[in-house]
Amino acid sequence: MTDEQTNETLLEVDAISLSFGGVHALVDVSFDIRKGEVRSIIGPNGAGKSSMLNVINGFYHPQEGTITYQGQARKQMRPHDAAAGGIARTFQNIALFKGMSTLDNIMTGRNTHMSKSLFWQALRIGPAQREEIENREFVEHVIDFLEIQSIRKTPVGRLPYGLQKRVELGRALAAEPTLLLLDEPMAGMNLEEKEDMSRFILETNDEFGTTIALIEHDMGVVMDISDRVVVLDYGRKIAEGTPEEVRANQDVIDAYLGVSHD
Amino acid sequence: MGNSLELQGDTFPQLLLQRLKHDAERPAMREKAYGIWQTWTLGELCEESFALAAGLADLGFARNDTLVIIGDNRPRLYGSMIAAQALGGVPVPAYQDSVAEEIQYVVDHAEARFIIAENQEQVDKALEIKEQCPRVAFVIYCDPKGLRKYDPQVVMDIQTVMARGRELLKADPDKVNAEIQKGKSSDTSIILYTSGTTGRPKGVVLSHENLLVTARNTNAFDGITAEEEVLAYLPMAWVGDNVFSFAMGFVAGFCVNCPESTNTVAQDLREIGPTFYFAPPRVFESVLTSVMIRMKDAGRLKRSLFDHFMKVAKKTGVALMDGQSVPAWDRFHYWLGELLVYGPLKNTLGLSRVRVAYTAGEAIGPEIFEFYRSLGINLKQLYGQTEATVFITMQPDGVVRSESVGTPPPGVEVRIEENGEVVYRSPGVFKEYFKNPEATAETKTSDNWVHTGDAGYFDDEGHLRIIDRAKDVGKLNDSSMFAPKFLENKLKFFPEIKEVVTFGDQRDFVTAFINIDLDAVGNWAERNNVAYASYQELAAHPEVYALVQGCIEQVNQSLAQDSHLSSSQIRRFLILHKELDPDDGELTRTRKVRRRIINERYGDLIEALFDGRTNCFVSTEVMFEDGRQGQIEADLEIRDAAVSQEPSRAAA
Repeated sequence: MTDEQTNETLLEVDAISLSFGGVHALVDVSFDIRKGEVRSIIGPNGAGKSSMLNVINGFYHPQEGTITYQGQARKQMRPHDAAAGGIARTFQNIALFKGMSTLDNIMTGRNTHMSKSLFWQALRIGPAQREEIENREFVEHVIDFLEIQSIRKTPVGRLPYGLQKRVELGRALAAEPTLLLLDEPMAGMNLEEKEDMSRFILETNDEFGTTIALIEHDMGVVMDISDRVVVLDYGRKIAEGTPEEVRANQDVIDAYLGVSHD
Repeated sequence: MGNSLELQGDTFPQLLLQRLKHDAERPAMREKAYGIWQTWTLGELCEESFALAAGLADLGFARNDTLVIIGDNRPRLYGSMIAAQALGGVPVPAYQDSVAEEIQYVVDHAEARFIIAENQEQVDKALEIKEQCPRVAFVIYCDPKGLRKYDPQVVMDIQTVMARGRELLKADPDKVNAEIQKGKSSDTSIILYTSGTTGRPKGVVLSHENLLVTARNTNAFDGITAEEEVLAYLPMAWVGDNVFSFAMGFVAGFCVNCPESTNTVAQDLREIGPTFYFAPPRVFESVLTSVMIRMKDAGRLKRSLFDHFMKVAKKTGVALMDGQSVPAWDRFHYWLGELLVYGPLKNTLGLSRVRVAYTAGEAIGPEIFEFYRSLGINLKQLYGQTEATVFITMQPDGVVRSESVGTPPPGVEVRIEENGEVVYRSPGVFKEYFKNPEATAETKTSDNWVHTGDAGYFDDEGHLRIIDRAKDVGKLNDSSMFAPKFLENKLKFFPEIKEVVTFGDQRDFVTAFINIDLDAVGNWAERNNVAYASYQELAAHPEVYALVQGCIEQVNQSLAQDSHLSSSQIRRFLILHKELDPDDGELTRTRKVRRRIINERYGDLIEALFDGRTNCFVSTEVMFEDGRQGQIEADLEIRDAAVSQEPSRAAA
């Protein structure tokens, strides 16, 4: 939780329903994300967590409900509006450019901060070059922040999984996001990698005041780093509150231990 | 003083004040940060250091206070050493990857009130230490990442301290200078805690004079000038870094480069291309291994080029390096190799510009040593210790051997004691062990001779050879020296031999237990159609015995060349039926032989080696990995190995 945290709401989803044909991925889900908090979305497999993130950044369009981001209400987000509005994300399955270096991958995250036309960028002279240098400097700070100097020039496809996840976080951070969506950033990691990743997430929140929405399965991590948690099950919100409250909630325990649904 | 380049100054801060007059614009340090090499000129480095000094003084840092420094090599950390010295205080660098408890001993023993820590990781350690050592008042950090929530009364940004110092200097510009002028050459420059394999670490106190004189002498010895490039990547708490990067750098005026992070050293090395380079043998070894592995994966053309020219290098390279005469054709062939193989290889390794490279600390394998020298890299060995401000002997250009460690440089006297122990006296001899007069008296005589604890001798060329720890060296019955570890290491250079135990103290001749290396011998057995079902069966195979006998006889031959060691030739040996194992207490966890246990367990085998039996029955208890006990029985063959005649005795 950052010092700047206020009770100001950054994003609010209200009565969101999303279905694919007859499958109801999200049913009447509402919650809010406050400025500067770490908000976790948890739930068993298939609960609709990733769908929720996809709705927030405009990849899926819900049939019902409204999304209010920075005071502006919309029926649905569009991906480029989300990006331009300062929403960045990482993916459950890493989505990097495998053949490109760490540095180039993170540079792509600066895309929204580059304004010069393709023509100038292709020639790499004058203003385009200046812009490139400024952005490179920012990217170097991200690299320093994530302690990945040693793989700066390494093609991402050659990196181990844990480092690829870190590069992906780097690309999201390069966009200087207001809201950072992390989809299972610690899946498949060993304990040390998880601890590193938790540290980076907390530091991002702390140093840059970035608001974070996190999907994670590792309950230890979630309970440690979240300010508030929302729990989904079968597309519905079944609980929400501080980690302690959620941990004690009978519905949550049932969802995780698998009580039969009649 | 005047215009001569001979620099005056009794302490490092005084030396820097002198140098500032002409060299303020010269680059003194670089650090790679944010992907770019950032330079501190001497002027900038001193400005920051003196501002820090003023800030520290304001926090109450006084003459003789200690400043514990924890972190990787960073210009600001070197600067904090200058700051402490400027105030007449003492920097005490600690090993940055030690756990808090280990550093706590240093902090406590050095009575430090101030700790400078590089980043959050080290600050956390420092705060953990502070709980146990309430004396610690301030923890100052360089990298603010992750530290915003810490108590600013205790944990401070170095920038804040410097800013405070700058304010004070504005009001009183001579504040720090006046303190610097009070420094004397006999003042303590640094306290370095030796890691110490046995017992508690000892704080070696070195004076400014120790370091300044040693740095001047060494710079002269190898012609080190202000034009060198050096990469400072070894721990700041190690005496070598303090001498190579700090003392020699400030005396000669060359630029010291700090790598971006510990993981980027190889890339940074390549970018800097140092001209003066130090690495312990294991670094050279692992680089060689990675080169060999990558060459095995290379295409056939590259591989055959590499193999061909490495043969050429082996034949010609070392001779060229030593300045011997080489036929014109070989010279041309080598030149071609330089163009096609050696040059590009050295470039990849970042060693293209190396003029002088040193290795020390342990024995380096002769093949590894020769590999680098044959490429045209002037790799040399030195022998030293913290108590000597590093240098006891060094190899002069042109007379470099893999098995000896050179001659004493100017100003150093070396003597061999009655029991074979190496003792020395030099301008670098340490003042004392901090707060430990007993240990000081044990190590250093009243007339400044220091006991190294190592046994050695001067060979026929006058070069020092270190053979063993003095307490492990024994005597054969003909009163010649018996150095078990030296013999064992020589045998262990063969890949087929994994472990050796030699016997000979108070005996007529030397014998050995051999452990074969299952991987290497197993591989050899496959290639030579030797069938075996178990370790025990392979070890007892006559052809394996023949293989090992060949290794021993090679060693005997080389021992015969040396008048001091020719009676240490191994006359009889056996191959053990089981691997010596830490689980059975035969080795320590770091794989050092426990001689006492071996003597107890295998007493009968040892007697059999000396009484002439040709085989001996043995039954040993072993501990399996699941903790069960078992018995292994075997009838071991004992073989004689051929002994080479000593050249001089043969002639007589």
